[in-house]
Amino acid sequence: MSTETLVPYDEALARYEPVLGIETHIELGTTTKMFCGCATEFGAEPNTQVCPVCLGMPGSLPVTNRAAIEGIIKIGLALNCTIVEWCRFARKNYFYPDMPKNFQISQYDEPLCIDGYLDVEVEGETYRVEIERVHMEEDTGKSLHVGGATGRIHGADFSLVDYNRAGIPLVEIVTKPIVATGDKAPLVARAYATELRELVRALGVSDVRMEQGSMRCDVNVSLMPKGASEWGTRSETKNVNSLRSVERAVRFEIERQAGVLDAGGRVIQETRHFQENTGSTTSGRSKEEAQDYRYFPEPDLVPMAPSREWVEQLRAGQPELPAARRARVTEEWGLAEKELRDIVNAGALDLIEDTIREGADPAAARKWWMNELSRRATEQGADLAELPVTPADVARVSGLVAEGTINDKLARQVFDGVLAGEGSPDEVVEKRGLKVVSDEGQLGTVIDEVIAANPDVADKIRGGKVAAAGALVGAVMKATRGQADAGRARELIIQKLTS
Amino acid sequence: MLNEHAAHGTAAAGQARGGGAITREEVAHLARLSRLALREDELDHLATQLDDIISAVARIQEVAAEDIPPTSHALPLTNVFRTDEVRPSLAPDQALSGAPAAEEQRFRVPRILDEEA
Amino acid sequence: MTIIKKTAAELAALIASGEASAVEVAQAHLDRIAAVEGSVKAFVHVEPETTLAQARAVDDRRAAGETLGPLAGVPIAHKDVFTTSDMPTTCSSKILEGWRPPYDATVTRRLREAGLVILGKTNMDEFAMGSSTENSAYGPSHNPWDLGKIPGGSSGGSSAAVAAYEAPLATGTDTGGSIRQPAAVTGLVGMKPTYGGSSRYGLIAFASSLDTPGPLARTVLDAALLHEAFSGHDPMDSTSIDQQVPPVVEAARRADVAGLRVGVVKEFGGEGYQPGVLARFHEAVEVLESLGAKVVEVSCPHFTYALPAYYLIAPSECSSNLARFDGMRYGLRVGDDGTRSAEEVMALTRAEGFGDEVKRRIMLGTYALSSGYYDAYYGKAQQVRTLITRDFDAAFEQVDVLVSPTTPTTAFPIGERADDPMAMYLADLCTIPSNLAGNAAISVPCGLADEDSLPVGLQIMAPVLADERVYRVGAAVERALQDRWGGPLLAKAPQL
Repeated sequence: MSTETLVPYDEALARYEPVLGIETHIELGTTTKMFCGCATEFGAEPNTQVCPVCLGMPGSLPVTNRAAIEGIIKIGLALNCTIVEWCRFARKNYFYPDMPKNFQISQYDEPLCIDGYLDVEVEGETYRVEIERVHMEEDTGKSLHVGGATGRIHGADFSLVDYNRAGIPLVEIVTKPIVATGDKAPLVARAYATELRELVRALGVSDVRMEQGSMRCDVNVSLMPKGASEWGTRSETKNVNSLRSVERAVRFEIERQAGVLDAGGRVIQETRHFQENTGSTTSGRSKEEAQDYRYFPEPDLVPMAPSREWVEQLRAGQPELPAARRARVTEEWGLAEKELRDIVNAGALDLIEDTIREGADPAAARKWWMNELSRRATEQGADLAELPVTPADVARVSGLVAEGTINDKLARQVFDGVLAGEGSPDEVVEKRGLKVVSDEGQLGTVIDEVIAANPDVADKIRGGKVAAAGALVGAVMKATRGQADAGRARELIIQKLTS
Repeated sequence: MLNEHAAHGTAAAGQARGGGAITREEVAHLARLSRLALREDELDHLATQLDDIISAVARIQEVAAEDIPPTSHALPLTNVFRTDEVRPSLAPDQALSGAPAAEEQRFRVPRILDEEA
Repeated sequence: MTIIKKTAAELAALIASGEASAVEVAQAHLDRIAAVEGSVKAFVHVEPETTLAQARAVDDRRAAGETLGPLAGVPIAHKDVFTTSDMPTTCSSKILEGWRPPYDATVTRRLREAGLVILGKTNMDEFAMGSSTENSAYGPSHNPWDLGKIPGGSSGGSSAAVAAYEAPLATGTDTGGSIRQPAAVTGLVGMKPTYGGSSRYGLIAFASSLDTPGPLARTVLDAALLHEAFSGHDPMDSTSIDQQVPPVVEAARRADVAGLRVGVVKEFGGEGYQPGVLARFHEAVEVLESLGAKVVEVSCPHFTYALPAYYLIAPSECSSNLARFDGMRYGLRVGDDGTRSAEEVMALTRAEGFGDEVKRRIMLGTYALSSGYYDAYYGKAQQVRTLITRDFDAAFEQVDVLVSPTTPTTAFPIGERADDPMAMYLADLCTIPSNLAGNAAISVPCGLADEDSLPVGLQIMAPVLADERVYRVGAAVERALQDRWGGPLLAKAPQL
């Protein structure tokens, strides 16, 4: 393979217009597989979730899982698709050891959902990504490549196959060509994948974890010279397994293809693989012969004709979708666009909403999660949701502050206790004795000591410089290790020195 | 994938009629697509036989069927689904009982040349 | 009369009344198998201990006071296309040699539940592709009427076993005639139920949209009893019909045709048909008329395209169904020397493991489905399938059943058509339309051809889910002809 000449991104975009296409595979989180009753738990011992059907044993037959069909219809509806009135499964025929029947049950020219769209935002601008089709299929098994130098597929001596994943319901979402994105193409691709993931997660039909492979993207990129009307030849980069990689893969392909075209070459229609470590894509082995999948209607399964009542029932049961939700919270919480984006990116939206639901004030809920707790999550290298603190805990802390039992400084100590497993916020307050001291007698003693120790400042206040009281309040706080009610302390100081 | 959906093109009907329906190269291509490692003499023999058979079945193109819907299933059933309930899987030793080779509770297969699909 | 000459209904009565035990009946058949199997070669697998254990279990269940089905204790020969968890299942293919499935087919399970005793697995054309059993990797079965002749196929081991009195009943599968044609050429009753009436779960697929399990027997009533025993809805088969099994046993007992409208298919007869076959067929039609049926000629103009449509649809489905036999998960593996790739080992395994006819059909199906040819072949064949169904629909507006010869000729000599696929395919000319349309069809014996004294079959076809109708007509013909012959046709077969 010759080394590629990459054209710097801005230069490439000055001469070429990218056209994208994204195919996303999403494993549905059904209890059982697509066509048999085997469980779908991730990470089970090899070949423990297999039966004659998903092993493709002679004589076995598929029976469609209703929950999977409901899942794909929910996705289709959320993507503004038409749910067709009648369609069939088709067999996609090709030989591969991790595919037990050597054909995949999929859909061909009759997908279940067609003609939808998903709006995504990039830098304040909305791009409408049109959806060509959403169809149902089954996943393959997984191979472990053994021997050779690298433990990778090339150069391996043999492979060991586990069919636990074979037959897990897979939804494939195919976009129409995404055009006119210019230099935003990589960001649009990433925003689409991000939004799609949020959408599917909100529907509750998949855990959409790219790192576990329950969401996988294939990215098609082609370039055409600016002003041209005919699209160029596309490459298809397979199994891009993080949102960041989606962006990088598009960017790399733009730079690479521009290099090929600039040199007077032709882009080859081929499958490429994304290399996580270098951010580049490499060519798959080009086949001597074009694939011919010989699709035909799956004779072992009868056609699907989802009734309109069923579809409407599913539509009525749809949860609030991410875009609508974002619009609502922006309004309700009075957010700026940047604030919302930060919340979403931090994965804090659910947490904040739940905290508000538990009775906290929106501003307080946002403050605790986005400042104090986000900082701690970052320190621990954990996701916010993984911290051992619940929205109910945060709501309680926020309540304690509001009612004056503790102040912000004490609240941080309460979180220390909760995160350390010392119990609920109330228990931590109790055990650590973190209540604010506002009692006149208790506070009075401390104030007297502070006045005695700071005669100069006291004189200033006596002389009418009330603003100087701040220094004494600080001293009181220090002396009470933050537990004093600062407002009350100030009142008492001024009262003692001016009346 | 998008292009592949346009792959079922129109037929080479003229070429299919009568003798000479299929070339030996096509037969060799079909053998590769079908994963059949046929010997040269087998290919020769099959080429002749397939040519006969295809020429005979090509008669089907006489039927005027412009507006006729295709039938893929004998009976007009629709919407056969099962509920999402777990049924017992095979024990791994049962699953692997017929395997020509197994290791680490997995099916052992010869090295795989390329990633696919 | 010895045990082996009795019908299944008679044996069931003997066992039910305690006059014979299931073990005795099974042993008598195992003895017969031991005596004649060397020349008939109906079975690919017989395991007497397994059989006797099943028979003992039935006797024990009866002794324990359990209420058993109407065929409890009756032995049966089981086509090797159905998975059996206690016996190998090979489809008479080298590629599955020695494979022991970890599960029972639904038909197998229902046979066991009904108390039928499985004698063994019967020979067949490899993966049910053929009309003679000559495509078996284990050699052909022989027609008990003339050991030099084919017993039909693909369920030829089943027909040979029942015609040779090795079993009173057998299972078969019918994709293009694979039950009816073997029944016809061995003088038996063979029934293809309505598609979806009997479960395909555990039936190793040849052509999924056509394959139908059905019974072979020496009498119409026996066929009906077996039909009822293993049919009915199966949630493991999406194409299974969720309805009551038609009342086939009642119909077989009723056996009357008075007032019934019978249509003779105009397109089946004439050139290419053996005169002796046509003569017996016309006699059978006269018999129906004499019994009070109203006979008319009916044209089904597209039936002549059934054969080419079938030889596109069935190979297409088979090319996909048989892709799983690749030496990776079960069965034969060839050439795995540690250097070859999976792709190469698959190709070597399949080349070695499949016989010529299977390879031919895989190649033909791959061709018919490939891009550029799909519309002209597979697509067109599916349209013809619609036209054939419409022909049936139109015909059944005029008549209650259709009749034709089951096969154009009687049993042909082993070897005669072995290397002439097109000639072989003609054996299914009359049976294929019902597979394409999915309706019910039966073959009943209607005498011996004058030329060769070999059996001829009468095919009776009824609409989808009207299976009882073909039993009713078949039983009426059987009764009238047996009166004429002075007993069952099979009594005229030479002693083995």
